[in-house]
Amino acid sequence: MERMPKWADVVLIPLISLFLAAMISGLVILAIGEDPINALNLMVKGALGSTYGWGYTLYYATNFMFTGLAVAVAFHARLFNIGGEGQAMLGGLGVALVCLYLPWPHWSLALIASTLGAALFGAAWAFLPAVLQAKRGSHIVITTIMFNFIAAALLNWLLVGPLKPRGGMDPSTARFPEATNLPSLHDLLAPLGIGFSKAAPANISFLVGILACVLVWVLIWRTRLGYEIRAFGHSEPAARYAGISPTKITVITMLISGGLAGMMAINNVMGEAERLVLNATEGAGFIGIAVALMGRSHPFGVFLAAILFGFLYQGGAELALWTSIPRELIIVIQALVILFTGALDNMVRMPLERIFMALRRRGA
Amino acid sequence: MTEAQTDAARQETAAPDAQVPAIELRGISKAFGPVQANKGISMRVMPGTIHGIIGENGAGKSTLMSILYGFYKADDGEIFISGTKTTIPDSQAAIAAGIGMVFQHFKLVENFTVLENIILGAEDGHLLRPSLAKARAALKSLATEYELNVDPDAVIEEIGVGMQQRVEILKALYRQADILILDEPTGVLTPPEADHLFRILRNLRDEGKTIILITHKLREIMEITDTVSVMRRGEMTATVKTAETSPEQLAELMVGRKVLLRVEKTPATPGKPVLEVDNLRVVDAAGVERLRSIALTVRAGEVLGLAGVAGNGQSELLEVLGGMMPATGTVRVNGAPIDLSGPHADGQSRRAAGIAHVPEDRQRKGLIMDYAAWENSVFGYHRDPSIASGPLMRNAAILDHATAQMQRFDVRPPNPRLPAKAFSGGNQQKVVLAREIERGPDLLLIGQPTRGVDIGAIEFIHQQIVALRDAGKAILLVSVELDEIMALSDRIAVIFDGRIMGEVAAEQASARELGLMMAGVSTGKAA
Repeated sequence: MERMPKWADVVLIPLISLFLAAMISGLVILAIGEDPINALNLMVKGALGSTYGWGYTLYYATNFMFTGLAVAVAFHARLFNIGGEGQAMLGGLGVALVCLYLPWPHWSLALIASTLGAALFGAAWAFLPAVLQAKRGSHIVITTIMFNFIAAALLNWLLVGPLKPRGGMDPSTARFPEATNLPSLHDLLAPLGIGFSKAAPANISFLVGILACVLVWVLIWRTRLGYEIRAFGHSEPAARYAGISPTKITVITMLISGGLAGMMAINNVMGEAERLVLNATEGAGFIGIAVALMGRSHPFGVFLAAILFGFLYQGGAELALWTSIPRELIIVIQALVILFTGALDNMVRMPLERIFMALRRRGA
Repeated sequence: MTEAQTDAARQETAAPDAQVPAIELRGISKAFGPVQANKGISMRVMPGTIHGIIGENGAGKSTLMSILYGFYKADDGEIFISGTKTTIPDSQAAIAAGIGMVFQHFKLVENFTVLENIILGAEDGHLLRPSLAKARAALKSLATEYELNVDPDAVIEEIGVGMQQRVEILKALYRQADILILDEPTGVLTPPEADHLFRILRNLRDEGKTIILITHKLREIMEITDTVSVMRRGEMTATVKTAETSPEQLAELMVGRKVLLRVEKTPATPGKPVLEVDNLRVVDAAGVERLRSIALTVRAGEVLGLAGVAGNGQSELLEVLGGMMPATGTVRVNGAPIDLSGPHADGQSRRAAGIAHVPEDRQRKGLIMDYAAWENSVFGYHRDPSIASGPLMRNAAILDHATAQMQRFDVRPPNPRLPAKAFSGGNQQKVVLAREIERGPDLLLIGQPTRGVDIGAIEFIHQQIVALRDAGKAILLVSVELDEIMALSDRIAVIFDGRIMGEVAAEQASARELGLMMAGVSTGKAA
């Protein structure tokens, strides 16, 4: 028996949760002596009020789409991949090696190769935790977190050492050759006669992100592999009964997950920075967890949640720029959104279910 | 059942000196959302009697008892304990009212001793020693009084289930329970253990305790109860004196129509051996031998029943044959050896070899409870080219096929888009059974085919098994229900402690002899 209609489950509950998070955020802003309405206005205007704002919002959203998908795919196999951050860092390394050490005639070829390189390096970084989980039972949460630190240390060493160009003053690689620079949304939309900010970092990776959402949807809901991944996630004994190897599924799922996290690098490293810098991921790997939670591990949900978090990121930056509201408050707002949409889901769900049940009884 | 009969039963069970019922329920109703689990239930249980409550799964027995024990709050109705109106908001209140409950799944702390479990939640103060000493004394007197012997210092995980159950009963008695509710108490016991339990229950009754026995086994009702109430679809359809009823009548009251309690089948005509098992061994991770040199043969066109108390290796045997657990030894199917520990020791290879498997635990293994029925209808066969073309699943074709299959197997409701968890136990089993037998396997492994399945569906499932046998397939049946084994099998093997204790032809088998073998006593006939 369905307790409530599906639209209420997937639309109404997140909206109510968001509303509650916004209300409490408002109270916090009020408490530090600022005007919450004004703050919301500034955030909306800063993130969505101009193509420049949109350009940043979509740029952040692209990062979160990849890391969110990474977490979502692993969730379907009941694997909690906390290592998106490290896998995305390694993805950056893959992109840098492809762009720096291979000659590319055109950005399109470079994009394909970089995507593969990023996915390969991200997947490789997820491989060891996956094998340790599948073969030795080492918990994937622990191992992927540890691998985040190892990734940070590795990148640190590479960027102050072997990858730093001679004479370079900051810990980063050399600038990527011009032929590998990706077209921004400005470049893509100009031929269509649509004006878009030239300074905003959103680029063609956004479209790759959307494509990734579609492909993940096909993978999870339409393929045999997705069927096996979900089955394994729901019940490991049942998977073994059906002849699905838990080891194989764990490793394959984590490779896909790590690959998706790694692919984020085509956006931030290849599309925006055009070189690999230290800490290029800026925590996007962790935001991916919240995005996947809020998006209910469904690719479309991940897409929407990524846009929302992109908005919060960009809006928050604007807020810090134009008001005396500290940058940290944005983290509070983001935390509230995560808290309400992820952790406190049942707080909204249960009363709502009761309302729907009462309505139905009256209707019957 | 007529009013007159019901009233007669009530009056006769009431001893002249105890006119006040120990428990009286008046008009108890409870709904879970749109599902009416209990509808206006009224019942009287007289003190010093054993009162059976029988009904199919989902009839509302457990809900009713949960209301009595304070787990659920009734929407409507009143409870009287020994004539006083009582509200039972939680289990503490139930205990205070003198009600004790023995659950189907024991609620014991595995690494505590018997004594520690008994005082848990009933300690007298912050220091344990005085409570333990008091409990030890109480235990001694209870043991002599009711034949309830247990070693107070034994650790729970080291004693058998029969003993654990006694600990549960002692827990209730230690808390001064006058009314004892037992929920499906014999499910995990051997026949001798069940007999012992019944002796204990009779002793308790004779000492004036009131006992409510919830069960779906007609035989137990007939054997031990004084009065029996029948539930169907949330309603209490009848209360009768046990001496005045018959199993057939009770079954009809439970199901609402005439039921065939015996399986109709013709003698088997066994053909060539399909499954040949020899010297099969399994050693678990802790180094314990679970299967010790198992040898058995199942021929085409026969049912080999494997009887035994749960936990004696039958689950492992099914898992090994189904490709879920590695083993050593030899297993041949249609003469060809199958891989027991190598790269092909998995469910996919087994299916390719013509082995179908209805697992014992359909909810954890046979089905993905969150998958829709149509998705479950190909589970395990999802790599078949007819199911998946390349990497993609043929979802539309699977859905069509599942719809037709659900019609053929009378799965209700016949909606393939509902998740497996939305179906009753019997209908879930039909989904699994349909999937496993429709592909015409040579060998069917089937574990606990009717566990948690209602009587109406049991009949159907048994007919399917017999039909498969008559179609010349080999069937290995594992069940802890001795009645089921005896009704369906052509030959019966008994497993105890990982060994085959013996094998008998079904028509020569007696429950007593099988019961002895199940308890590890060799009867001389052992192979």
